[in-house]
Amino acid sequence: MSTAMTEPLLTIENLRIALPEGADRPYAVDDVSLELRAGEILCIVGESGSGKSMAANAMMGLLPDLVRPVAGRILYDGADLLLLPETDLRDLRGRKLAMIFQEPMSALNPLMRVEDQIAEVFEAHGRLAPRARTARAVALLDEVGIPEPEKAARAYPFQLSGGQRQRVMIAMALALEPEILIADEPTTALDVTTQAQILELIRVLQAKRGMAVMFITHDFGVVAEIADRVAVMQEGRIVETGTAEAVLDNPQHDYTRKLIAAIPKLAAGAKASNGNGKPPILQVIGLCKTFRSKGGLFSGRSRVVDAVRNVDLELFEGETLGIVGESGSGKSSLGRCLVRLMAPDRGAVLLGGDDMAGLAGETLRKARKAIQMIFQDPYASLNPRARVGRIIAEGPMAHGMPRNEAYERAGTLLDLVGLDASAIDRFPHEFSGGQRQRIGIARALALEPRILIADEAVSALDVSIQAQVLDLLADLKKRLDLALIFITHDLRVAAQICDRIAVMQGGEIVETGSARAIFESPQNAYTRTLIEAIPGREKELAAAAAGQTLG
Amino acid sequence: MADFWNRFKRNRGAVIGLVLLALVIAIAILAPLLFPQSPWRMVQRPFLPPFAMEAFPLGTDTLGRNVLSGLAYGAQVSLLVGLVSTVAALLIGIPIGAMAGYFGGVADDVLMRFTEFFQTVPSFALAIVLVAIFEPNIKSIIGAIAIVSWPPVARLVRGEVLSLRSREYIEAAILSGQTSAAIIWRQVLPNTLSPIIVLASLMVATAILLESSLSFLGLGDPNLMSWGYMIGAARTVIRQAWWLSFFPGIAILLTVLALNLIGEGLNDALNPRLARRGK
Repeated sequence: MSTAMTEPLLTIENLRIALPEGADRPYAVDDVSLELRAGEILCIVGESGSGKSMAANAMMGLLPDLVRPVAGRILYDGADLLLLPETDLRDLRGRKLAMIFQEPMSALNPLMRVEDQIAEVFEAHGRLAPRARTARAVALLDEVGIPEPEKAARAYPFQLSGGQRQRVMIAMALALEPEILIADEPTTALDVTTQAQILELIRVLQAKRGMAVMFITHDFGVVAEIADRVAVMQEGRIVETGTAEAVLDNPQHDYTRKLIAAIPKLAAGAKASNGNGKPPILQVIGLCKTFRSKGGLFSGRSRVVDAVRNVDLELFEGETLGIVGESGSGKSSLGRCLVRLMAPDRGAVLLGGDDMAGLAGETLRKARKAIQMIFQDPYASLNPRARVGRIIAEGPMAHGMPRNEAYERAGTLLDLVGLDASAIDRFPHEFSGGQRQRIGIARALALEPRILIADEAVSALDVSIQAQVLDLLADLKKRLDLALIFITHDLRVAAQICDRIAVMQGGEIVETGSARAIFESPQNAYTRTLIEAIPGREKELAAAAAGQTLG
Repeated sequence: MADFWNRFKRNRGAVIGLVLLALVIAIAILAPLLFPQSPWRMVQRPFLPPFAMEAFPLGTDTLGRNVLSGLAYGAQVSLLVGLVSTVAALLIGIPIGAMAGYFGGVADDVLMRFTEFFQTVPSFALAIVLVAIFEPNIKSIIGAIAIVSWPPVARLVRGEVLSLRSREYIEAAILSGQTSAAIIWRQVLPNTLSPIIVLASLMVATAILLESSLSFLGLGDPNLMSWGYMIGAARTVIRQAWWLSFFPGIAILLTVLALNLIGEGLNDALNPRLARRGK
């Protein structure tokens, strides 16, 4: 941490990267200056489109075709990386500067064994004899904490889990002992428990080898876990730099303050729920869903996955029920079974006395009015060739509402979700991600449902937009007296919006309880690991404790 | 629309193709005005070489008929057959592909096996058989071409629908209680339009070639002058009168080339992400 005195290893001076004409702003990166010192972890934080990845790509010479640096220098070891010929840059890459990427599946060659991919790094730089390369690969895999490194070295990437693949990426990056490691959102695609392990690994390796790490992320929780210094970027400019403590505890710039304030707080509200003795409006009894994939031509055996196993749930009027779990826990399958986008194999979904699981055809079409869904991806969930008015009005019209009335209603709904009524004549691509999600909410509300299911509805949004959409949902729920099922992998979001939480693992619900009980005294071991893995949690707890003693 | 035109314009070949096609269309439309006489009428001595007489710049054929007039009327036939048979093929292929892709399962199996049945039969042979069974006239030719050229449409539409089927806006439409027919018609098909348009432009070109080949073999409509017929009739005298097969051949070449260039331009304009590198 006491790195303030050492010489900077890499200096970015007044870097400016131009975007092609017709982009939303002239420069992807505008007048950015940064210093990276040996043995420190510098976090570059910003929302999507802030230019944080562009700066790193410029260092590695990985800018897209139409994007080019127009001013400034990137100095490393006395040379300007932007002016360096490709051959010299190639020599530096891997040997001195290494990079790990966001998506471990697409960053590894699916047709090559892990050991060969690592050996390739040595081969590219003409290091070690071929036999020594394999041995070194195994040693590296051991170092990044992969169990049974010999076996993993012979494996293909698809045989490894996401976290293991990211470890392999790190092993490749570290193969030639680089001085600088650039990590571009390396944990964003990972589950929260895996993320915690990878962050720990990066920190340990960095300390052991005295590397400088440039860590690019959108997540302030991750920053709190790992950063020595922080640079906050907004629209291509650095608005604030400082030590992690200074930026997180005492942000100076308005934008940083706004971002930090928008992070959902872990302290769950003490709202009592359970419907005050009213009968539940949705009751799920013994729901099961099994996926069977046919065996291939050669394997013969079919693969069976129990996505949902014997799930019992109750949802009361006016309540928000969170369903949390990691990827593959079956939470999305459960949501889909509830609205019958997927037919459950067994079990009942009782909605106002009807068993949704058994309905079909016209009766199902009618019953579905009462239970609507908000989807994850604001870009894939709106028909790109339909105007917003039609997108919202189509549902009511399908249930027999006259066209004029349906469009009138669409206007009212747009107003309700905080969009201008003029949006009715526009196409989805004219809106930002957050606005599109509002349109999706308006569409779900058009049928006057009693239950809304939000499947990762804010996961694809930036943190400040996320906060706005969560507020909107909470507000609508109260005004329209809706019951909400909120499916999410993000425990912070769940803590903020949910009254009760059900934790899913391997298709089963392992724990249900009030949000406060789950966060303050989790009973199940898996729930405890999940909660402990939330990035930035310790810091927040410490701050809360300090606040209490002061108060 | 302006944006679309800008992207189309960037492909110079496509603009040339468009100009060529416009020229062919203009000639086809103006044929009765330019050549009031029937193209079958004998107007001069046979085997008049091109550029010998000002009134008949491309010469006359074996029976003394005006070659230029034949080309103009042939343009009518080629364009008519190309367009109508493509529309017919789309009308068969799109519903089959859409249903197979949307409903999946048994419906998909049945419809795709049916499609493959047509695909495994060599298309030109099937077209000859169909035209030979029905008497050769413009309707049976158009029908035969449509019947042999719809399978690629069905396969393309099925593939597109399969990938759109799992999009969230389709699921949202299902949840909002829309019927399957409404979802296919209003949510799915509009989003498959770009590749269909590109494929259709190329199918028009293929249909023109097929019609020419059929006419060349003498299976054309006996009442209509077509480019294929002109080449077929002139093949026996190719050494004495090269121009009789040369000019109709050039006409076919340029029309098909124009359509292919336009198809490529449409592809660039409708799928901008595939066309431009970077970004």
